[in-house]
Amino acid sequence: MCHQTGSLIARYLEASGIPTLCIGSALDILQAGNPPRAVFIDYPLGHTMGRPFDRHNQRAIVNDALSAFESISEPGTILSLDYQWPDSPAWKSEAGSTSGDDTRAPRDTEPVYQMESDRIAAEAAGA
Amino acid sequence: MHVEYISSIRARYERLGYAPYRWFYAEDAPAFTPLKKPLGESRVGVISTSGAYVVGQVAFHYKDDTSLRAISKDTPADKIHFSHITENYLADPRQDPDCILGLGALRAAEREGRIGELAPDIFTCMGGVYSQRRVREEMIPELHARFVEQAVDTVLLVPM
Repeated sequence: MCHQTGSLIARYLEASGIPTLCIGSALDILQAGNPPRAVFIDYPLGHTMGRPFDRHNQRAIVNDALSAFESISEPGTILSLDYQWPDSPAWKSEAGSTSGDDTRAPRDTEPVYQMESDRIAAEAAGA
Repeated sequence: MHVEYISSIRARYERLGYAPYRWFYAEDAPAFTPLKKPLGESRVGVISTSGAYVVGQVAFHYKDDTSLRAISKDTPADKIHFSHITENYLADPRQDPDCILGLGALRAAEREGRIGELAPDIFTCMGGVYSQRRVREEMIPELHARFVEQAVDTVLLVPM
């Protein structure tokens, strides 16, 4: 869903004269949305900009993405960056599983804070 | 082999008895605007769909929230929290926001001159919006106006 939103945003900004690059981890959703330029990082969702606490990996991904931004000249190009998730490939069968329950949180219109103290801080800031 | 998200989500929803979601399939080629100047001289804007917010800001809600948050590029990582309908993807970002925002790496690219500068704020949204109409009519025009206000030369999009 987020990758779809990303493609919609990218296509609009580009048509308005702003060059864009999408950095994504869901290749099929990128292909469907066909943004102007994209790089694909074959990591589990939630880790598009690198492995947690691995500064070297995060900086390498940003630098490769920036190089792709400069090199892509064909509209709709999706370049696959050469990164492998280091742990077992089991994450892929889990991510692509069709069994199991709905993993989404309930949809409602109340802000959902990561911590209760965030709610108090936001209410204090808005007061 | 990459994960086929669309077909697996379709199969799972069907099994759970949900109506199929109508994914966006682009029918025409995207517009293409060449870079106006080298990235080393460009002001770079960022939009992340991860639902990141700064402690003190109102969090996102989970029903087609099309609102935006501006996060100062100098915000310390421990002040960045997340709310997103697919909370199952947030376990690691909640430990290290940089694995989905890349703010530390982007600031390093700025310091090293790989990009001219990062725009003063990065923008975030909760990208799990089911209504493509609301994305087009509400979220995108607002985001475009904010990027124009920041006079960005280019934009990086990091969908989650």
